[in-house]
Amino acid sequence: MNRRRRRRLAAFKTAVYVVLGLFFLLPIAAMVEFATRGVGISSPRTLSAFTSIGSDPELVDAIMASLELALITSVGMLALLLPTMIWVRLRLPRMVRPVELACLTPLTIPAIVLVVGFAPIYRWIEINVSDSILTLAFAYLILVLPYCYRALDAGLSAVDIRTLSEAARSLGAGWDTVMWRIVVPNMSSAVSNACLLCAAVVLGEFTVANLLNFENLQVAISILGTGNASISIALSVLSLVFVFVFLLVLSFLARSLSRRRGAARA
Amino acid sequence: MRRPLGGRLRLSSTWLGAAPFVVYTGAFLLLPTVLVAVGAFSGAHGPTLSNLAQLSQPYIVSAFVNSLVLSAVSASVGAVVGAVLAYAVATGSPDGIMRRLVTALCGVLSQFGGVTLAFAFIATIGTEGFIVIWLRQHGIDFYPNGVWLFSLTGLTLIYTYFQIPLMVIVFMPALDGIRPQWREATETLGGATWHYWRHVAGPLLLPAFLGAWLLLFANAFSAYATAAALLDIGGVIVPLQISRALSSEVGLDQANLAAALALGMVVVVALITVGYSWLQRRSARWLPR
Amino acid sequence: MNRTAARGTRLALGVAALAVIAGCGSTSSSGASWSTATSASANGGMSTLVSAAKAEGQLNVIALPLNWANYGSIIKDFEAKYGIKVNQANPQGSSQDEVNAVKSEAGTSNAPDVLDIGMAVAWANTSLFAPYKVAEWSDILADQKDAGGLWYQDYGGYMSIGYDSSKYTVTSVSDLLTPAFKSAVALNGDPTEANAALNGVMMASLANGGSLSNIGPGVSFFKQLNADGNFVPVTATAATIDNGTTPVVFDWDYLNSASVVNLPSWKVFVPSDAVLGGYYAQAITKTAPHPAAARLWEEYLYSATGQNLWLQGGARPVEMSAMQANGTLNQTYAAALPAVSGDPVTLDESQAAAAASYLAGNWSAAVGS
Repeated sequence: MNRRRRRRLAAFKTAVYVVLGLFFLLPIAAMVEFATRGVGISSPRTLSAFTSIGSDPELVDAIMASLELALITSVGMLALLLPTMIWVRLRLPRMVRPVELACLTPLTIPAIVLVVGFAPIYRWIEINVSDSILTLAFAYLILVLPYCYRALDAGLSAVDIRTLSEAARSLGAGWDTVMWRIVVPNMSSAVSNACLLCAAVVLGEFTVANLLNFENLQVAISILGTGNASISIALSVLSLVFVFVFLLVLSFLARSLSRRRGAARA
Repeated sequence: MRRPLGGRLRLSSTWLGAAPFVVYTGAFLLLPTVLVAVGAFSGAHGPTLSNLAQLSQPYIVSAFVNSLVLSAVSASVGAVVGAVLAYAVATGSPDGIMRRLVTALCGVLSQFGGVTLAFAFIATIGTEGFIVIWLRQHGIDFYPNGVWLFSLTGLTLIYTYFQIPLMVIVFMPALDGIRPQWREATETLGGATWHYWRHVAGPLLLPAFLGAWLLLFANAFSAYATAAALLDIGGVIVPLQISRALSSEVGLDQANLAAALALGMVVVVALITVGYSWLQRRSARWLPR
Repeated sequence: MNRTAARGTRLALGVAALAVIAGCGSTSSSGASWSTATSASANGGMSTLVSAAKAEGQLNVIALPLNWANYGSIIKDFEAKYGIKVNQANPQGSSQDEVNAVKSEAGTSNAPDVLDIGMAVAWANTSLFAPYKVAEWSDILADQKDAGGLWYQDYGGYMSIGYDSSKYTVTSVSDLLTPAFKSAVALNGDPTEANAALNGVMMASLANGGSLSNIGPGVSFFKQLNADGNFVPVTATAATIDNGTTPVVFDWDYLNSASVVNLPSWKVFVPSDAVLGGYYAQAITKTAPHPAAARLWEEYLYSATGQNLWLQGGARPVEMSAMQANGTLNQTYAAALPAVSGDPVTLDESQAAAAASYLAGNWSAAVGS
């Protein structure tokens, strides 16, 4: 790449980061500004909204439950979606569009309506299987389908999966080798993005948990926030920061995992 | 590459690979969707078309139109701006800190919505938002023609707040698949930047771009919490009409109307998906595969 | 074929037996079955109720925001007094959401035990309630309770206009049409959906020549407000009030009173020409997973302690006149209630439904542009 183009690219990137950075960070700054206001017009700024949250045991329970749900849903999503997508692309090409449509359906129906459909199933589950909040994973797996499908599909479309699989098969590899040792390492960014989206969706999910009377992170925040406006906004900011840090840590973990597997790029 | 055992056995083992997905979505996706569809045709005295007939009322038709416009505009803006941001990130170092920060931030913000997002915007550019106040102190009126934040226009802007990050996350893997060798090859053959985008990278990215646009559209179409928190001007978009039918504390419980509205939404998105499939097929002709 | 059927029957019997055992287990720990008890005295007295409730250890409530009529203090006090954990669900839910949850969660341990709902929803869903009469049953007026004990009103208030007195002065509803109130007036919610907002529009209607059967003038009032640029179409919340985006709010007087804590200059005004009242009602669900705790909760709410806590929150408790007569009313809290003069009226079932259907068709058109 020549120097002039590199400079233009750098200028372009700086402009993009600055403009969009302002767009995304200003509303959050406004929230922090509001949460640190004192009572009355001329009282000084205070962190009391943040500190008064303390270590509410219900909030801690809710955080743990949401984290566990994020883990279960990510694993479940990868186990369910990834092999299916690769398999369908390789062996059942006519099923690609139906699978795509099926994966988009959970997003076309508003969550408040989906819950109406989930409710009878969850009633059965709660009475006969378990009333633990972790049963929400069944519903969350469906909710993350659209997002994760799209992320994985973008990665899959960049891999010439047919050629790779034919080459591997002609060299004697079984289908599992093709999937796990050839295709997946070539879409590692798609897989990690899908997991990231999965975690973000689960940690940010409110409607389904709320209407099924479970208390996950966002529901707990909503309950605590009904007492006081500053606390409610402070809680939301903290939740954003928490999920952000969690996703950042996840991205470092993903890098070290893929390093250890020693993936060979095609 | 036919196997000696013949076609039938091979066919069933192939379909078995898709079985877990089919079983799971059958239980947890098909069943709720069927329940919704059945509800759409149910009435107090058995099966009826009256719920669907209510969909033709003017305020419901305009809700569908508003939803369509809101979703299409926010999806398009989100897709374009998100693609630009994703490109800026993807051209950086793949292990760099900027990429990690932006990806994590986009992950968080793509799911940020509801009452808090509405308030975040109210606190920024609402009538007493800190930017508006700051501009007012410098003599500039942010809202010379009325407060557009509390309208569908404002809602569209707020929707782009989570559409752009979502686009970045789902589109970046496609950008990662672009090899720098292709750019070099284009240049060796005498092509300029424009040639590269029009004939090499563009066609390769188009399927993923369209797919992402469709996701953003569906995302905005069914989004409810932010609109509910921002606007109390009645059911101007379909999810608000659904919420009114389901949760209204002042009228009759209209769960079946909500189901009919949801069915309408599924039909609309299915139609859009048909158009999307057609576009994908056409653009596939450009690919050498 | 036969063997499978036999195995299936045995399995079904086994599951049924387990269910019976499980069902027996949950009631045996609380002595007599509280899920069908219609009063405390008929089932062993208050002390039996208290120990049964403590044995259950939990209570599921729904749609109780902590700053709504002082529920935050009520819940904390109840938990401390009896050691029963109160599980909250869906804090911003509507009355209809509460009833929907009862139907969709029936039989699970997450199902709501007690409900606090608007009258329209109460009238329409009596089949979901279990009859129960609290100890102070006779202190509730006859037209504020169901004769069979299915529902009983708990607290109420009047539709009011809350405003930031450091910026505005409100002496009548028509003041709001003046240019001083540019981008200032807001409702608490969507009138096509929320009870409080519907009553807000109805109050505006009453103040502008309408009646309980005609909400049209109210819609025209807001249409005018919107055309003049005085209407802020944003749902007023504690955050938007603190932040100044919605400095004038139509809401129940007890909800407006709650804003004084964070904004000392907030005042509450009830117009004398449009005194629109509204009460909420309590009910115990038939499928309550914690029937004794549910009944104890009701006994607590209708005791002088509970009623005075609601009074502290700015709401008028249903036993107010009886408590005034026997001296148990907290006079400090009573004095802090907003002044009301004029004849109060309340919407009945058919009037509420008529208003709702008028709004469904006309509200968006009036304020949507």
